[in-house]
Amino acid sequence: MTHPAPAIELRDVEVRFETAALNFDCAIAAGGIVAVAGASGSGKSTLLHLIAGFEDPDRGEIRILGENVADRAPSERPVSMIFQDNNLFAHLDVETNIGLGIDPALRLTALDRRRIEEALRRVGLVGFGKRLPPTLSGGERQRVALARALVRNRPLLLLDEPFAALDPGMRAGMRTLLRELHAEERKTILMITHHPEDVKALADSVLFLDRGRIIANDTLDRFLERRDNAAIDRFLGNA
Amino acid sequence: MFALRENRMTVVAGAACLGAFVLFVGLAIVALLSQTGGASDDALFDAYIWRVTRFTLLQATLSTLLSVLFAIPVARALARRPQFFGRIWLLRLMALPLGLPVLVGALGLIEIWGRQGFLNSGLRWLGLAQPVSIYGLFGILLAHVFFNMPLAARLFLAGLERIPAEYWRSAANLGMPSRALFRFIEWPVLRGLLPGAAGLVFMLCATSFTLVLTLGGGPAASTIEVAIYQALRFDFDPPRAIALSALQITMTGLLLLLLRHLATEPEEGMTGGHTVRRFDGMSRISRVSDGAWITIAFLFLAAPLVAVLISGLEADLLKLARDPAVHRALLTSAAIALASALASVTMAAVMIRAAATATAPRHTTSLARGFAGAIAASTSLILLVPPVVLGAGWFLLLRPFGDVARFAPAIVVAINALMALPFVHRILAPAMATHAARSGRLTASLGIRGFDRLRWIDFPALRKPLLMALSFAMALSLGDLGAVALFGSQDMVTLPWLLYSRMGSYRTADAAGLALFLGLLCLIFTILGTAENGRRREGKA
Repeated sequence: MTHPAPAIELRDVEVRFETAALNFDCAIAAGGIVAVAGASGSGKSTLLHLIAGFEDPDRGEIRILGENVADRAPSERPVSMIFQDNNLFAHLDVETNIGLGIDPALRLTALDRRRIEEALRRVGLVGFGKRLPPTLSGGERQRVALARALVRNRPLLLLDEPFAALDPGMRAGMRTLLRELHAEERKTILMITHHPEDVKALADSVLFLDRGRIIANDTLDRFLERRDNAAIDRFLGNA
Repeated sequence: MFALRENRMTVVAGAACLGAFVLFVGLAIVALLSQTGGASDDALFDAYIWRVTRFTLLQATLSTLLSVLFAIPVARALARRPQFFGRIWLLRLMALPLGLPVLVGALGLIEIWGRQGFLNSGLRWLGLAQPVSIYGLFGILLAHVFFNMPLAARLFLAGLERIPAEYWRSAANLGMPSRALFRFIEWPVLRGLLPGAAGLVFMLCATSFTLVLTLGGGPAASTIEVAIYQALRFDFDPPRAIALSALQITMTGLLLLLLRHLATEPEEGMTGGHTVRRFDGMSRISRVSDGAWITIAFLFLAAPLVAVLISGLEADLLKLARDPAVHRALLTSAAIALASALASVTMAAVMIRAAATATAPRHTTSLARGFAGAIAASTSLILLVPPVVLGAGWFLLLRPFGDVARFAPAIVVAINALMALPFVHRILAPAMATHAARSGRLTASLGIRGFDRLRWIDFPALRKPLLMALSFAMALSLGDLGAVALFGSQDMVTLPWLLYSRMGSYRTADAAGLALFLGLLCLIFTILGTAENGRRREGKA
């Protein structure tokens, strides 16, 4: 996992809220799956929002694929993001929701439509194109969101607790799907999770946050062996 | 934060709307408050104004007292009986006065309580010679209770229905008697709602125009609003209109201030949506009293409406339908209603969006916060200047430029649009906030903006609340008499104005038919505008 230019670099980034300040400084190599873990309020979502462009840092610099992205709008960054919920527009059918990933003005060619079909096939939802999101299960909706990320084809994929609303069986299915898609595409994936089993089954490396600081940026094996921090111990269940 | 140019444009558009709003209201107020010339230290003049003010406050106080006292037992009875045949229809009946043009309600009340009405016929039949007159204080109080009791009762009922089901189970478990239940569970809830509900009713009654115009008589039973109208339209006495307007603004201003400190804004929750099982009220006496209150409320509200229906159907509807005056009035009303509703909804939507955009960044400037605050305040501040006062201001402003009737359409549309603003804001703001929370980041990350976002994302998701707001605003405008009364002329006759003039010229059959038509029209729009979201398709997605 040693690449010349890191996929993401946060240099001395600070975000100030009314009552707290978060500080991030890290480099993330391209091509791996990175689990982002830590207690609630430790700053995981803010970290992803900074990278995606939903939050602006008060200080410091964010570089994606070697480029400073300070002036780039969220849609202009080489990033796709999937949220825990509400990833789809409920009033638009599955095809249209995916199509927005190709062209935000929805001017789609026949080729684009084939790409949508193909994406649906890859996430295992052949024939779902005309369905409306409310008629799908939670897992199916997240698969549609993944399909949209596939057609958008950005080098980075940010997932903010994408499986949180799913039951254990579906979680396992989604993990497998994500693993497969990653094996084919080799995108850099950052995924927030609260579950050690997600980390163990998916991640190549782990970013661990505690009270607004990154306290671990390790490969999976090294992370699992750490016993030097109470917050990490609590997360891994090493009581 | 993101899509900077579009955000700037949104804020600029919102600021423009706010500016137009402030200018329109501000100019009217300045026009009224700056012109303090004329005969003002006349003793007769003072006596008249003092009498009108006293009556305004007296009738508003009594109306509020009666409405609230009537509403409490009705709400309690309805809360205690979560299931009985026709309950849902009674609740719908209680929502009707909200959308009923005031004039139509007044006509119905006259049919029941008037000299030739149901009540006096009964009294005569019983051999009681002295008829009860609906004109004067009695009629004004009656009409205000008719319109405001259901409003207060619905607010109280919503509060009572928010009491958690566990309370009733615990109370039943402890064996609390009915009186203890009222004292310890129901009354604390009602007491919390009382200032808000009473304040709202008082405000509505103190600024009541149409009812007092129809049912009041002479200076003995005239409110400030009606006196302003009479000063401008009949006596042409601008100094008096100005003095009265200043008084009205001061009064509503004090009321608004008082309300803000006294009361939280009453929440109108979903009534009758969920059934909470009640274990109390099983004794004979409480069954009988609940039944009695529910029956009285039903008869009181339904009788005038049925009267409007019956006498309306007796009228020569075919002749009315062929009457060119009716056609013209309908077209005028429709055009004014559509224009003002569109203006109101557009303004509200732009201002809500601009306020949200300005306060979106993590570190908001005090300027942005002030901007959002001004927008939030403006929608309730319009209550400070009732339509007639607003109209009076513009009447005086435009008079130097020739016949005010020329400006009538624009002014009436603007006044109606502003009147609807608080209601439109209340429908749109929560829906737009939810929509933004749900889709804001997603649309930004996909880069959907401008017209594409309106077309694919915003309009489809907000279609329902937008149409609701539009519909409600149209109902308000269709039923309005206040703005039209000041500016109306031969060239601009709306349906309510036509109805009012037919009532005045004793063409009662025509009036009854028109009332039925106007009432139905407004009710349809109100029902569309307030319909609870029946099928909840939009789950989580």
